[in-house]
Amino acid sequence: MSEENVTLAEVHEVADPMRVIQEKLRACMQCGTCTGSCANSFAMDHTPRQLWRMVQLGLTDELFNSKTFSLCSSCYYCTLRCPRGLPLTETIHALKQLAVAKGIAEKKGARFYQTFLDTVRRYGRVREMELMARYFIIMKSPMLPLSFTPLGMRLMIKGKVSPEMPKFFGPGKMDAIFRKVKELEASS
Amino acid sequence: MKYFYYSGCSLEGTALEYNISTQAVMQALGIELIELEDWTCCGASAAETLSELLSMVLPARNLALAARMDQDCDFLIPCSACYLNLRKVDEHLGSDEGLLEKINEVLNEEELSYQGGIKSRHLLDVLATDIGAEMIKAKVKLELSGLRIAPYYGCQALRPYGGYDDPEQPSCMEPLIEALGAEVHPWSMGAKCCGAGLMTTKKEVAIELTSALLKAAKGADCIATVCPMCQMNLDSYQKQVSKTGGENLSISVLYLPQLIGMAFGLGEEDLKLGLNMAYTDSLKAKLAEYRVGITPQ
Repeated sequence: MSEENVTLAEVHEVADPMRVIQEKLRACMQCGTCTGSCANSFAMDHTPRQLWRMVQLGLTDELFNSKTFSLCSSCYYCTLRCPRGLPLTETIHALKQLAVAKGIAEKKGARFYQTFLDTVRRYGRVREMELMARYFIIMKSPMLPLSFTPLGMRLMIKGKVSPEMPKFFGPGKMDAIFRKVKELEASS
Repeated sequence: MKYFYYSGCSLEGTALEYNISTQAVMQALGIELIELEDWTCCGASAAETLSELLSMVLPARNLALAARMDQDCDFLIPCSACYLNLRKVDEHLGSDEGLLEKINEVLNEEELSYQGGIKSRHLLDVLATDIGAEMIKAKVKLELSGLRIAPYYGCQALRPYGGYDDPEQPSCMEPLIEALGAEVHPWSMGAKCCGAGLMTTKKEVAIELTSALLKAAKGADCIATVCPMCQMNLDSYQKQVSKTGGENLSISVLYLPQLIGMAFGLGEEDLKLGLNMAYTDSLKAKLAEYRVGITPQ
């Protein structure tokens, strides 16, 4: 038992995802081209350049309290222009994954993506109205659906989508694939 | 010419008109589209925020479906996010040793496997590179003369992969628009972000971005898009953007293949123009002035 624990701890030490991210950003020279290229930096509490510095310095509390990475819209301008050629947009995704894994991700964004993937696991494809209904139910916020109602109504009138109640139980089309991914990720 | 056709989930719902018009235009051009039975979601922008491996496996499953079909052709993908995800698989295989093995270990659950090597191409790339303005011009029956069109490329059709156009100052849509007899609206916003998924999670931020785009499009009759996400952000929130900006910013937003189809003489129903959220009366009137094939509603 204790032997197994030691081994697991060692594995986690080696594969510490934050260390992997730090390694990727080691060559960042803080030039700020990313910030100058970011479409959403105006709404961020820390600029992308500051975020990379927090990663380098291991300031994880500040990092995960920052709204910066939840404001990335994956436009890939920073990645394109980074003079060091660093995979910055992918780093944002890695930080989002880490925030979800630590259970500290911003609720709205993380829940939306989780709901999205749950729909994919169940049906193989996304059914937009089922996804939104599922998201509203999971968020348990009575006001949230209202902000999407006008668009939803217009889409329904056009006949592009129809209301659909999500299923929460029973097997899904892609269960095997999702299960295997989880299994491999747990063992890596 | 033939391609594997990956429509993606949005094109079955909110972007149905993109799907129908793409197929109609390809048929008119004599291009064969091979639909993959049992295709599944590419992971969109959701998988990459939750699991690196899942974000590779979901698109790879579709490449694996094509690989077993014994057809030597590229993928044609109208949705920019799907395009990015499918292409991402092969882009990563070279630099990530062991990735293919992991992907196949998962795909084996469905007795599928992928060895790499299938090219994923964006619809815009196929239109601009493989088909080209000349071939399109040859099929034009009703020129869109007098129309001024703002070419909007968005992000993920160009970045990070692209390769068929300049990722910051793209221009490949311009000869296509000119081939239709229309005029190109000069602007520098073609490759700027529309806010993408932030419209769901951080609406006020996305509204800022779409607002900047709609303001820059003033003077054009129509914005041409090549992505269902860009399309929705630009066409479905115009009232709100106008209200916030204090000016009327409504403008027609149509998918590029819908515009091509109009010039080919295809009808409203062939191009599902009735499904568009922003197909303004002023554009309909302008088209009616010199068009026979399209009747204003």
